[in-house]
Amino acid sequence: MNMLRKKWAILVLLWVAGLAIWQLAALAYGPEIVPGPIDTWKGAQELLSDGSLVQYIGISFYRVFVGWTLGSLLAIPIGLAIGTLPAIRVFAEPFLNFIRFIPPIAFITLFLVWFGIGEQSKIALIMYATLFIVVMNTFTGVLSVEEDKIRSARSMGASEWQILLHVIIPATTPFIFTGIRLAMGTSYMAIIGAEMIAANEGVGFLIWNSRLFFRTDWIFVGLISLGLMGFSTDRLVGWLGRKLLYRYGIVSSGPLKR
Amino acid sequence: MSLVSPLNTINIHQLNKSYEEPKAGNIHYIIKDVDLVIRDGEFLVLLGPSGCGKSTLLNMIAGFVAKSGGQLTIGGREVDRPGKDRAVVFQQADSSLFPWLTVRENVEFGLKMKRTPRKKRQEISDHYLAMVNLAGHEDKFPRELSGGMKQRVQLARVLSNDPAILLMDEPFGALDAMTRRSMQKELSTIWRQTHKTVIFVTHDIQEALLLGQRIAVMSAGPASQITDIYEVPFSYPRDVTSSDFLRLDQQIQSHFDESLGGHL
Repeated sequence: MNMLRKKWAILVLLWVAGLAIWQLAALAYGPEIVPGPIDTWKGAQELLSDGSLVQYIGISFYRVFVGWTLGSLLAIPIGLAIGTLPAIRVFAEPFLNFIRFIPPIAFITLFLVWFGIGEQSKIALIMYATLFIVVMNTFTGVLSVEEDKIRSARSMGASEWQILLHVIIPATTPFIFTGIRLAMGTSYMAIIGAEMIAANEGVGFLIWNSRLFFRTDWIFVGLISLGLMGFSTDRLVGWLGRKLLYRYGIVSSGPLKR
Repeated sequence: MSLVSPLNTINIHQLNKSYEEPKAGNIHYIIKDVDLVIRDGEFLVLLGPSGCGKSTLLNMIAGFVAKSGGQLTIGGREVDRPGKDRAVVFQQADSSLFPWLTVRENVEFGLKMKRTPRKKRQEISDHYLAMVNLAGHEDKFPRELSGGMKQRVQLARVLSNDPAILLMDEPFGALDAMTRRSMQKELSTIWRQTHKTVIFVTHDIQEALLLGQRIAVMSAGPASQITDIYEVPFSYPRDVTSSDFLRLDQQIQSHFDESLGGHL
């Protein structure tokens, strides 16, 4: 109990110190270069009062959520197929290792041309950002299923299909989960890039558009919103994982350490 | 069903397992010209030094590893794949149990695969969980169990499928000495209750003498063979401190000392 109180005290102290340094920097360089916590708070209130911040956060979150969900749903079966079928793996692996070095943002223009200026191109971009991480994690997971598990299932009369369903997929679940959790991070990076270049709403749009009015405080609001969005979704996904997937060995408490 | 019937005699004749060096083309034998007949309901121990190919032989009987030459039949049928007549207890429970399933779900796995109704499954798993002294631990996950308990789960899991033949690959090798001894006693009791054929791999002479009706001694690899077969004339349960027991232990030990030199 005492330890916990001490931990909280240190945490609060760190936050206060952080805010103080931020405020000092603002005083030293002026609010145009470094808007301090108070100016940022005022900027946030402006954006909150006309509802635009909530709307921007909502639209960015919606894009990430849809793209990430669709991307994961597409990636898991692909990863399972690559992992279980050596014939597919031989062709897919070099291709994957080629394409995974192309960051999603590099595709923005092409996706705009292919999928149009609307929501489709953004969601496609998030799907792309999600797809490869989840595919790679899934098939790595399949390849690391212990041979003994498959052998014991087989000798207990399981068919190949049953082995996939009752051994390979559950054994791969922690890998898939790590993949989709990591993909959440790249999805945020991709959506901000896309919104900066081709959108009329969203947190990325806010950050980019604020430069026109030299509202660095709004940029700060956008950055902080992004951090909070990422933090809370990662915590939420982690919590859901622990609740729903406990039996698969997902017990990590904090956010992912990278 | 799988009670003593001559249908499950294992016949091994001039059995080879070899591999070819990719470039040089030299053929290396892991086991070479192995001859062995395992009777129905027998407890046979495969005894040999580490790396002699006894696990390879066991995996071939299990149908996991294909032979390179010779004959391997069970009840006259060629062994070319795993079958429900044979069940394997692996050395590492951690790599063979399903950690996402509870103890009961692990034990019922094979039954579920062949769509046994839930009630019947529960009946069978209750029976075998009690047999391996795991009653009361049904709802735990494998990670919550000790090493000995995990091996009991493995044992209950294979027994619930009612195989005729149990293939055990050094199942107690990773356990501490005291747990190992009690597991050996329990296995011996279970074997006498169930009348299954057991093929048990070990490199521990005392363990072999404690459990086996016959002990097939394998030579050190490569090109390992079965060099001797010892009949163990003692009744169960066995007394490791009796003079006859110790004499046979000595005899096998000196056999290894002579044939292996520095190999052990």
